[in-house]
Amino acid sequence: MKNPSTLFKRIFKSGSLNFFRNKTVSISSVAILTTTLIIIGIFFFFRGIFDYTLTQVKDKVDIKVYLKLDASDEDISALKQKIMRLPEVKSVELATAIDSLNDFKEKHSNDAITMQALDELSTNPFGAVLTIVAQDTAGYESIAQTLDSGTQFLGESSSIIDKINYYELKSSIDKLNNIVNWINTIGYWITLIFIIMSSLIIFNTIRLSIFIYKDEISVMRLVGASNMYIRGPFLVESTIYACVSSVLTMILFLPITFYIAKKTSIFLNGLNIYNYYLNNFFSLFGLLLMVSLILSTISSILATRKYLKI
Amino acid sequence: MLYFENVRKEYPGGFVVLDDINLTIDRGELVSVVGHSGAGKTTLIKMILAEEKPSVGKISFHSSQIQKLRGDDLVEFRRKIGVVFQDYRLLANRTVYENIAFAMEAAGKTEEEIQKDVPHVLDLVDLGNKISHFPSQLSGGEKQRVAIARALVNRPEIIIADEPTGNLDPVNTYDIIQILKKINDLGTTVVLTTHNKGVIDHLKKRVITMENGKIIKDEKIGKYSI
Repeated sequence: MKNPSTLFKRIFKSGSLNFFRNKTVSISSVAILTTTLIIIGIFFFFRGIFDYTLTQVKDKVDIKVYLKLDASDEDISALKQKIMRLPEVKSVELATAIDSLNDFKEKHSNDAITMQALDELSTNPFGAVLTIVAQDTAGYESIAQTLDSGTQFLGESSSIIDKINYYELKSSIDKLNNIVNWINTIGYWITLIFIIMSSLIIFNTIRLSIFIYKDEISVMRLVGASNMYIRGPFLVESTIYACVSSVLTMILFLPITFYIAKKTSIFLNGLNIYNYYLNNFFSLFGLLLMVSLILSTISSILATRKYLKI
Repeated sequence: MLYFENVRKEYPGGFVVLDDINLTIDRGELVSVVGHSGAGKTTLIKMILAEEKPSVGKISFHSSQIQKLRGDDLVEFRRKIGVVFQDYRLLANRTVYENIAFAMEAAGKTEEEIQKDVPHVLDLVDLGNKISHFPSQLSGGEKQRVAIARALVNRPEIIIADEPTGNLDPVNTYDIIQILKKINDLGTTVVLTTHNKGVIDHLKKRVITMENGKIIKDEKIGKYSI
């Protein structure tokens, strides 16, 4: 072909004609691709729900460092600064001795005996408390060990530490870490299985749609069409399948997520699936389009290659 | 222009379909190849089209060996040959115009050439009024005429017609043979395989008779005699 733009125009026109004229093949291919993409989309939402729930659980885990009653404000501030410098630490919140006392009073406001006992004390029995949140649950052990190492990291500041509650929480944190690791491992395997299954379904769909043209491909060869001229329209057609299926899947998710959001927002601890869909619209669409385009293009190339060997 | 030299085709298991084929077809000839089913006619045609390669010997088109053609050379060679099949093999989802235009597009012809030549070649096969029809809307004879128009449109040096009248009634058979004869009269070489005695006897042209993969008779003006 002398002019590449003419070649491209003809290939594009031919692929579009195949798509619109072969309605049965096009509709069934798009339907199968859409179903596969819906499954991938559902998996995307499950990952979202899982990540959200995990974040919620992780946010509830922290280490409390109880400080001695005689710790001065300067020492507490210095200790807080040192802890903040640890790479595993996400945040450190300080509750002063007065905050701790008020917190206690609020929690026990209905307990008259405890409140009476507290009133009889002339001084505040509570010390300040530092609440440490780690970047990741796996970081708590390392933070606790550093705090436990005494003067090695903290220097003089270590002397004001009265108690660290990590070891009381250790078994719960370990359990949580195990669950997170387990779910991640399972998640990767499920993702892999999904990718393989989707690939096989998409590959076979495209292969079948091209199989129907097997005889036509042989005629195209015999009238002197080049491999590119034969293969091009099939690539265009499978690209149209991928685009239409991705758009259709996104449209279908709109009412589905809207309906599910109504039913599940309480169950999902405040996560609104519909908002999640809207907030992640472009990343989900991009994922579906990328998966369908890559798989359908590879499938087209492999399927036509078989029939081009004359 | 087309030469078979000591050609033999043997499939795995020792099944010989062509043996000791020596044949020359000159420019402008109309050659009929006849023989029973399994005589080797279709294999002979497939070798001309480079769909099959000989186990032994060589097949040449002018000075180039067909079995050695690859890639662009093979594509270019196929554009010099027009093919007509018994089962028409039209592109089902394209109109009559688009079927013929496809062969021209594949050969890299411009839109102007396509718009000028397609109606002209359709007039030649008397289908000018069915230009927008799909193959499913045509009779067998009309489909075969579209196939001939498609084979003809790139002005090939040879037209290969493999049992072109096999699915047609006598009236359409006569029409198709007349068209092929007309094409030959205009200077194009035609190689025709057929089982139809009437066609062969009517043509009064060269007849090659095959049996069990061998040429048993090659007559300048032959008759159907098997």
